[in-house]
Amino acid sequence: MTKAGDPRAAEAVSWGHQDEGEAAGVIMPASTPRRGFLKGAALAGAGLMTGSVAKAAPLPIPESNTVMGDPIPAESYGLPTEFEKHVKRRRSDVFKNKQNFSDWSMTPLQHQIGIVTPNGLFFERHHNGVAKIDPDKHRLVIHGLVDRPLEFSMDDIVRYPSVSRFHFMECSGNTLTDWREPKSVTVQQSHGLLACAQWTGVPLSWLLAEAGVKPEGKWVMFEGGDGSGHLRSIPIEKVMDDALLVYGQNGERLRAEQGYPIRAFFPGWEGNTCVKWLRRIKVVAEPDQIRGETARYSDPMPNGKWRQFSMVMECKSVITSPSGGMSLKGPGLYEVQGFAWSGNGKITNVDLTFDGGRTWREAAIEGPALDKCLTRFRYRWNWDGGPAKLASRAMDSTGYVQPTVEDIARVREISGFVQHHNGIFPWTVAQSGEVSNAIA
Amino acid sequence: MRSRDLLGLVAGALLAGVSSVDAADYGQRPEVGYGKPVADADLVLWNIDIHTPDGANLPAGEGTVPAGKLVYEQKCIACHGEKAAGGPVYGTLVGGIGSMTKSPRVLTPGSMYPYAPILFDYVRRAMPMDAPQSLTNDEVYAVAAYIYNLNGLVPDDFKMNATTMARIEMPNRDAFVRDNRPDTLAERCMSDCKPIGTVADASKPAAAPR
Repeated sequence: MTKAGDPRAAEAVSWGHQDEGEAAGVIMPASTPRRGFLKGAALAGAGLMTGSVAKAAPLPIPESNTVMGDPIPAESYGLPTEFEKHVKRRRSDVFKNKQNFSDWSMTPLQHQIGIVTPNGLFFERHHNGVAKIDPDKHRLVIHGLVDRPLEFSMDDIVRYPSVSRFHFMECSGNTLTDWREPKSVTVQQSHGLLACAQWTGVPLSWLLAEAGVKPEGKWVMFEGGDGSGHLRSIPIEKVMDDALLVYGQNGERLRAEQGYPIRAFFPGWEGNTCVKWLRRIKVVAEPDQIRGETARYSDPMPNGKWRQFSMVMECKSVITSPSGGMSLKGPGLYEVQGFAWSGNGKITNVDLTFDGGRTWREAAIEGPALDKCLTRFRYRWNWDGGPAKLASRAMDSTGYVQPTVEDIARVREISGFVQHHNGIFPWTVAQSGEVSNAIA
Repeated sequence: MRSRDLLGLVAGALLAGVSSVDAADYGQRPEVGYGKPVADADLVLWNIDIHTPDGANLPAGEGTVPAGKLVYEQKCIACHGEKAAGGPVYGTLVGGIGSMTKSPRVLTPGSMYPYAPILFDYVRRAMPMDAPQSLTNDEVYAVAAYIYNLNGLVPDDFKMNATTMARIEMPNRDAFVRDNRPDTLAERCMSDCKPIGTVADASKPAAAPR
């Protein structure tokens, strides 16, 4: 794995011109229609009772009013309209892998409406491509330090009563390209290893209780049925607390790239713990310390140390509009929007700065503000047309305040491939209206 | 009509009461279970994870450095390059010992893995990428001997097996610490705050709190 030669140049091609188009990246101030209205009102006040000045020709009848629409096919899986084709999950192109099997694709957060990420836009991270598994042949096994080793078919699993919960999922590596330099242009590139869904399945605690965990069973290993045999060990406390065996996502069965037919789900914990294509659960006394628990998913610390099993995704937020690559068209009112989330609880407050952090104002949190779930914030900002530096800062129900990258760099080593970046992420707005990554 | 409406209300309230009682078991473990018993013997091909600190569950078999070189040149070289020094798809698998206190840290099985059997576990389950789980146990031991030999951790005549692999002393063995977050102690400053700092700012002395 190596870095792209010039990520910004690559970005200009893939985002600025080919895919996004000019119009998609431009935000008009919310005050434009209001000004039009005020102008009209002033004219009316001056005695022109006919209202606004008429155009040269009346608005034409739209073609769609004059023809039959598309017929309903006998059966189909509906896709977004052709006019939304630019809203796509995109393979990592800032940190560019030389193959696309152990690789990732990123959610277009700047286009996400509401807190739920559509399944086709939910980010991917695989270690050896997308496994293809026939659910009728799939078997899940629970063994190890249990009284009764058990085997389950998919028919067995879906027979249990189910629960459904909304939770975010974030890759431990989200934002890792942007510690010391502003490498990402868009928020899809900087924060797109993040998404949120309603997950449906069976509490893992039920299945482990059915197998009967022995007293010496303190960790639980989860192994996938993919070509990497991806494996992680999880403390039994988390497994028995809120972990799920999920087969449903946003109202349908999991997509293949999300682990069809079943995956583990650990709310608020880094995505790679939520082992996809799950086929084996082994209760153990202590972790195996395999590659994914030592050489990968560990964090460099001062004095040559490595922090391991850092699986909670701490409180974080980002402004998605306006965000990198967008352009504001003139001064006026803009609704600043973004997401906040915490693997440790609920979002309680989101503050925004427009002056690079000297002063902060509280944004409105748009409910629902659920536990370990993407939470939306909004703020009406009147841009005066001058240079501005915007950022959001979230606080969660434990009282934890999202740090700056400086705060993080004071206690960890920022060197190489550094994960768990939950730093405050500033964007600058130039006088031209151009919005840019301002992490450094 | 009015009394019928009232009846409807009462019936509705009763129904609501009943359904809330029924709902009390939502999220509770049902008394039934659908798992079928499975024997250890059924799982011999599945139970392949290695407890790497002591090598528990390493299988029988053995491999040498020259045998590993042959396996490497057939199955690995296309991606990892000559002598595992890095190829068209992946970076080096050799070197980096002593780099953990430098920047950048060079991460290889030799410099990074705290326990030697990690390489067996990973190669057997995941390599080669286009045919995982296709190597024999002898081939996995051999290729591990070759990689660790290139890293200077085992001699040319080393015989890699379950016993010898677990005894290799790895330089990064004591480098791992458990998660102790939260490790940042940011405060919610609203006005007259220090501007948002950068990673570079962290190498300067911390400003006095305002």
